Amino acid sequence: MTGGIQSALNPAGPNAGSLARLWWLMFYVNTAVYVLVMIALVIAIRKGRRQSDLNPVLTLSAQTETRRRNTVLSAVIVTTLVLFVFLIYSFSTGRSLTADIGQKNGLSIEVTGRQWWWEVRYNDVDASNIFTTANEIHIPVGVPVLFTLQGGDVIHSFWVPNLAGKKDLIPGKISTQWLQADKPGVYRGQCAEYCGLQHARMAFWIVADTPEQFIAWRQNQTQSSVPPSTDSQRRGQQVFLSSTCVMCHTINGTTAGSNFGPNLTHVGSRNTIAAATLSNTREHLARWIVDSQQFKPGNKMPQNNLGQDDLNALVDYLQSLK
Amino acid sequence: MSDIHPGSAGLPQPVQNQSDYRAYDTSQGKQLFTQYNCVGCHFNGGGGIGPPLMDEQWIYGDSPENIYATIVEGRPNGMPSFREKIPDSQVWQLAAYVRSMSGQLRKDVEPGRNDDMNSRRSEQRTQEKKPQRTTPGSNR
Repeated sequence: MTGGIQSALNPAGPNAGSLARLWWLMFYVNTAVYVLVMIALVIAIRKGRRQSDLNPVLTLSAQTETRRRNTVLSAVIVTTLVLFVFLIYSFSTGRSLTADIGQKNGLSIEVTGRQWWWEVRYNDVDASNIFTTANEIHIPVGVPVLFTLQGGDVIHSFWVPNLAGKKDLIPGKISTQWLQADKPGVYRGQCAEYCGLQHARMAFWIVADTPEQFIAWRQNQTQSSVPPSTDSQRRGQQVFLSSTCVMCHTINGTTAGSNFGPNLTHVGSRNTIAAATLSNTREHLARWIVDSQQFKPGNKMPQNNLGQDDLNALVDYLQSLK
Repeated sequence: MSDIHPGSAGLPQPVQNQSDYRAYDTSQGKQLFTQYNCVGCHFNGGGGIGPPLMDEQWIYGDSPENIYATIVEGRPNGMPSFREKIPDSQVWQLAAYVRSMSGQLRKDVEPGRNDDMNSRRSEQRTQEKKPQRTTPGSNR
């Protein structure tokens, strides 16, 4: 029940951990309250019936009256205390999530929500280390990562249950969220604010790498795209640069430089395409290019009537972009 | 619509651009106008590197098929050809939007407002401007 790669009950970092602690405290206390109330109810029903059988007109002695008043009074006091404990615990948890956020900058990642995918930009003081990718966010374990979030068109919400709570991405407003993964693994995130037709297919992956893996991954991502090495790949690049692809996508190192669609410089290295909708296989890639609308109706990518040879070449080229 | 080839000899009929009658298409055209960086040269209709599109002056014609041809074939002195790069349906959406910039479509079809800051009156509130033929540089 508490497992899973997309579950707030399986926290994998300090941020989600404090949320889970709050949740479990509320769960156990409320369960106890529920059981006690039920017991009191059963007692009241049984006792009430016995009394009314003997004496249809309810008359209470002064002593019983006082006892009952004291019972109700102490129940009210206990309830208030419990709620105060919740209030204080919840307040301090909320504060701890945003405390010292300025210092949580082991790594700074800018995420822009778009209909219906995630643009991810890794910032760095060294400009040659800045790069843009999409839908697959690698982070090193044990490092607090600061996310700056904004909406590119409508309001979206960034939610990785295993690592942190939700945070909205609002057009024209930059919000921040930090999270940290304590153990390597993959965690699934999803848009948590209804944003249009394909809201349900707007997911992403957080891949928590060991520091060495992360440095290797980043080293590769900061590189320009791999030049095509076979004839088919060269033809594929020509197809890319002379057809509709080039109007929306960027491949660093080529003349394709539009920022409207996901950056494809290293698309071959990603595990999924179309915001974690499809696994990144040859067949999926080809079918997505020809008619993406059959997978995600309403998405902004037009249909493409490429000849079979051109399509094969194009897929060869895209897959070579590791 | 793909069998239409403006610019070649002997167009039998004036082309009806269905997008001229669909509010959805003109709004899509408006988005594409920014996304495909038409604004890079034409700005928000006022013109800059390229000619203005919100006035009554038309160098290469104001009809849908003329605008289609301008986008697909390109024009001398800077307008690039977008042949094969923009799908036909989107070219027609763009053509409809270009006409809406000078208020030539029905008011209930023209885009109403910008998603962000307005640089001018919305297309819907633009007064219809009667198209005039002009030659490059003649009035400027």
